[in-house]
Amino acid sequence: MTEPRIRRRAGDTRRPRQSVLAALQAGPCGCLCRLSRLALLAALMVAAPVLARSADAQTFPALSGRVVDEAGLIDPAGEAALTDKLAAFEQASSDQLVVVTVPDLEGYDIADYGYRLGRDWGIGQIGEDNGVLLLVSRDDRKVRIEVGYGLEGTLTDALASTIIETDILPAFRSGDYPGGIDRGVDGILSVLSGDAAELQARAERNAGWSGDDAVGLLFGLLFVGIWVVVIGGFLMVTLARLRGRKIGPNRYRWLGMTWTIANAASPGHGSRGVSGGGFSGGGSPGGGFSGGGGSFGGGGSSGSW
Amino acid sequence: MSSAAQRRTTPLGILTRLAAVCLAGLLLAGCGVNAIPTKEEAAKAAWAQVENQYQRRSDLIPNLVETVKAYARQEKDVLTAVVEARAKATQTRIDASQLSDPAAVQAFQAAQDQLSGTLSRLLATVEAYPDLKSNQNFLALQSQLEGTENRIAVARRDYIEAVRDYNTELKTIPGSWWAALFHPEARPMEAFTATPGSQTPPKVDFGQ
Repeated sequence: MTEPRIRRRAGDTRRPRQSVLAALQAGPCGCLCRLSRLALLAALMVAAPVLARSADAQTFPALSGRVVDEAGLIDPAGEAALTDKLAAFEQASSDQLVVVTVPDLEGYDIADYGYRLGRDWGIGQIGEDNGVLLLVSRDDRKVRIEVGYGLEGTLTDALASTIIETDILPAFRSGDYPGGIDRGVDGILSVLSGDAAELQARAERNAGWSGDDAVGLLFGLLFVGIWVVVIGGFLMVTLARLRGRKIGPNRYRWLGMTWTIANAASPGHGSRGVSGGGFSGGGSPGGGFSGGGGSFGGGGSSGSW
Repeated sequence: MSSAAQRRTTPLGILTRLAAVCLAGLLLAGCGVNAIPTKEEAAKAAWAQVENQYQRRSDLIPNLVETVKAYARQEKDVLTAVVEARAKATQTRIDASQLSDPAAVQAFQAAQDQLSGTLSRLLATVEAYPDLKSNQNFLALQSQLEGTENRIAVARRDYIEAVRDYNTELKTIPGSWWAALFHPEARPMEAFTATPGSQTPPKVDFGQ
């Protein structure tokens, strides 16, 4: 209802600006910067480096499941068995263990590659950082157990090193890659399930909603609430004019109150189309597997054969 | 905004004013008025992580020195050098507020690099002692030290990235305006410079 008035006042500049902003929605300022052209300019300046930076990021293999066998070291049956084992463990503990084999490390150090891959995939639950990667590089003949922040105290560097030296490398040296990987996974799982009480506590902490979802929802509600107030305000004013009794210039009587309608009653008009807070779930067991948003800080150990 | 709301406090007037205040806050936050303090805190947190990991390495050293001493008492020079470098590195601390002081950051880095250097010398001398090399305690320490060096590398890289982000915010347009308006005391932080000694963890291959 107030739309025609706005358009008359703002003239022709309003329309093109909206379309530019629609294209800019991904920028940090989003649609909120409708204050002025200056704000739009600022939004462009902020958005440009962000877009440029994301372009030169390294490409990692896609997280196709709990076993990402890019190097083709594991047979399908073994892969299915491993996947089941890892899924069952996540069900019990919320810990995410992912086995990944790559043909080569593209020239990177395996420790460097490992933590960045773990962060890129977001293995482990967000906030808990309870992810582990078992990374094997076929052509570099290197293996690494990359441990998320949250598990560094349980699966220590020394234990990771022991698993690599005693479970994985002997099998790898004799050419038995599936056997080495399987034994390595068993070793990691037995270390992680060593403290049953802690395991249980971790699983309970990460069951259902995580804290970050709640915070996201709170902000989402706040956001929606503000818009309800703003839009509701306009609606009331409009209704007062339509349904109420006119008692003077721009003054109406409706619902027992006197409504005075000012000319510029349009704070933030036109700022529709702002999306609510994003929600990202934790790891979803079974079916489509995805990382829970955990982070890595370089914990773990490496070995070569 | 609405002149009616100023004249009379109808429920609508209060609501509209409330909405305007909330909206103004959202608009300002959306345009990055909070970016400088947020990024400063992020950089400080990244720095805390760097110190934390260096501290972790420092804590490993006494045990390492004792273990090596049990097998290689005659390598006194190297052992003393490590102990001294550790003492110096422990004393050279940086407060989070000193991060914009290049001299303080360089002194910290120099002390840690010195320790890295003596540590790799110590690990190189261990080569000559097969008994020590196969000692379980030493092997565990060795893997812990490797892991810590790796964590230091990650923490340093995260810190450099956080500082880059903060400094960019201070120097680029919307951020520099907010800085001039609200944070006149904000100074760019000092990142690490790459030094060969601390970028690569001391590599000693006991496998062969």
